[in-house]
Amino acid sequence: MEIWNRHFECMDRNELRKVQGERLIETVERTYFNVPYYRHRMQELGIGPESIRSVEDITRLPFTTKQDLRDNYPYGLFAVPLSEIVRIHASSGTTGKPTVVGYTRNDIATWSEVMARTLTCAGADKNDFIQIAYGYGLFTGGLGLHYGGEKIGASVIPISGGNTLRQIQLMHDFGSTVLACTPSYALYLAEAIIESGISRDEFRLRVGVFGAEPWTDNMRREIEDKLRIKAIDIYGLSEVIGPGVASECLFQEGLHINEDHFYPEIIDPETLQVLPEGSTGELVFTTITKHGLPLIRYRTRDLTRLNYGRCKCGRTFVRMDKCVGRSDDMLIIRGVNLFPSQVESILLEMGGITPHYQLIVDRINNLDSLELKVEVDEAFFLDRISQLEGLRSKIQGTLESYLGLGIKVTLVEPKALERSEGKAKRVIDKREIQVLK
Amino acid sequence: MLIPQLSVFLENKSGRLTEVLEVLGKEALRITALSVADTSEFGILRLIVSDTEKAKSLLKDNHFTVNLSEVISVMAPDEAKYYAKILKILSDQEISIEYTYAFSCGSKSIIILRCNNNGQAIKALKDHEMELINASDLYKI
Repeated sequence: MEIWNRHFECMDRNELRKVQGERLIETVERTYFNVPYYRHRMQELGIGPESIRSVEDITRLPFTTKQDLRDNYPYGLFAVPLSEIVRIHASSGTTGKPTVVGYTRNDIATWSEVMARTLTCAGADKNDFIQIAYGYGLFTGGLGLHYGGEKIGASVIPISGGNTLRQIQLMHDFGSTVLACTPSYALYLAEAIIESGISRDEFRLRVGVFGAEPWTDNMRREIEDKLRIKAIDIYGLSEVIGPGVASECLFQEGLHINEDHFYPEIIDPETLQVLPEGSTGELVFTTITKHGLPLIRYRTRDLTRLNYGRCKCGRTFVRMDKCVGRSDDMLIIRGVNLFPSQVESILLEMGGITPHYQLIVDRINNLDSLELKVEVDEAFFLDRISQLEGLRSKIQGTLESYLGLGIKVTLVEPKALERSEGKAKRVIDKREIQVLK
Repeated sequence: MLIPQLSVFLENKSGRLTEVLEVLGKEALRITALSVADTSEFGILRLIVSDTEKAKSLLKDNHFTVNLSEVISVMAPDEAKYYAKILKILSDQEISIEYTYAFSCGSKSIIILRCNNNGQAIKALKDHEMELINASDLYKI
């Protein structure tokens, strides 16, 4: 089994801690001197670069949240002059202000490196044809996989997302061996291939690298059965770097975190205290090599646990479990991040409807669907179908352009939506992918 | 000359219309006219009832979305040409009709109209000597 960077990926853990310590110290210096926001936060806590002598001192540092990124929109947390930034990405699905991330040339090299590791972890090499069906653009999925694929010398097919018939045709004609997309799209493609009537034997596909949304082991088995491939789970978030933060190896027993670049902690989301090894809690990352947008103790809101046991593949990097949920109410729909509060603020700005709404998320034919039910405001109800239809399509259009997601809007009668203990139930997720134990 | 009409927003699901009528039925309210406009997901129930205020408060108490609007009522022989004539009077004046419904009563028909400008519509119909009906007469039918 190949390992892309044996030096780091199989490093003795004591030695790794030393490397992490050195890199953390540098990162703290860089953020302290180059990012006023972090300097103020550290000064408030009465600490400075001299307070951090090893990786153990990380708990003295402040946390960073998605809100901090928004408050410093767009470039406030960048730690280099903007002339050093060679790439900007932005997270999907936020109202008005997306979270913006910037990469220096060196950061792009780091990203390519961790993606090369990810693809090698999945068993890919220069002989492979990688069909990248993640979206290309501001979303980090497409370009992240792309640079990693090129780095390992594979033949990259940058087809981007959508257009299923074309995906199948090129997969067949070009002989794609690796598929990269969201797991729900993989399942959708699997069924479309079966429907196409083309024999599975005519495809050369053997492995998939799937991420950007939560999925269960059941779904993995279904994808593996239907596509007759090995389905590898990958994990990443744009704030940290994009895909490439962690990846399963072929043993599929947890996702190896690229710890020489991203230092993980598990905290209690309530008390913010670091939890003992093996506990389930919120995953926090400190980027220890990034220059463009270094983040200190960034709260991912993803709930998981870390396993420091040695993996059969020989890598010494800690493994994270599949995420078991969120410590906030964020939904991931077709790879797009969505907070119910965003929908609420858009609705409140529009008028004509009450703030009583309900989001219904489902998975129909393996694709996530989103429906908004919203109660009509009596003061706005004026006895005309055209007016109600107009309201409905206005809500739909506004939400779709803000969220970048298709949404079905249904107008309902007042008090039609479930209220429990006086508090409305805002989200019904029928996908059953929350695998909380 | 304007007739008060209640409009009720209804989700398109079975049993909903029954519930509206049961609420009104408890107080023995009379329904002079009723029509439903619907799309695949929702509908608007339009009602002319003997006691509009009472019906409105009853429906509101039962959490229905109710709107009070005003319509015009015209009586004419129940032949198509009379209905056509009425519509033509309005279109000649460039008055647009938002919706209309009708019911027959003996050899006469009662035509309900909601126009973009009800005042102008009444004037036009009167100028052409159409028989407009006021609310109290309509309830007696």
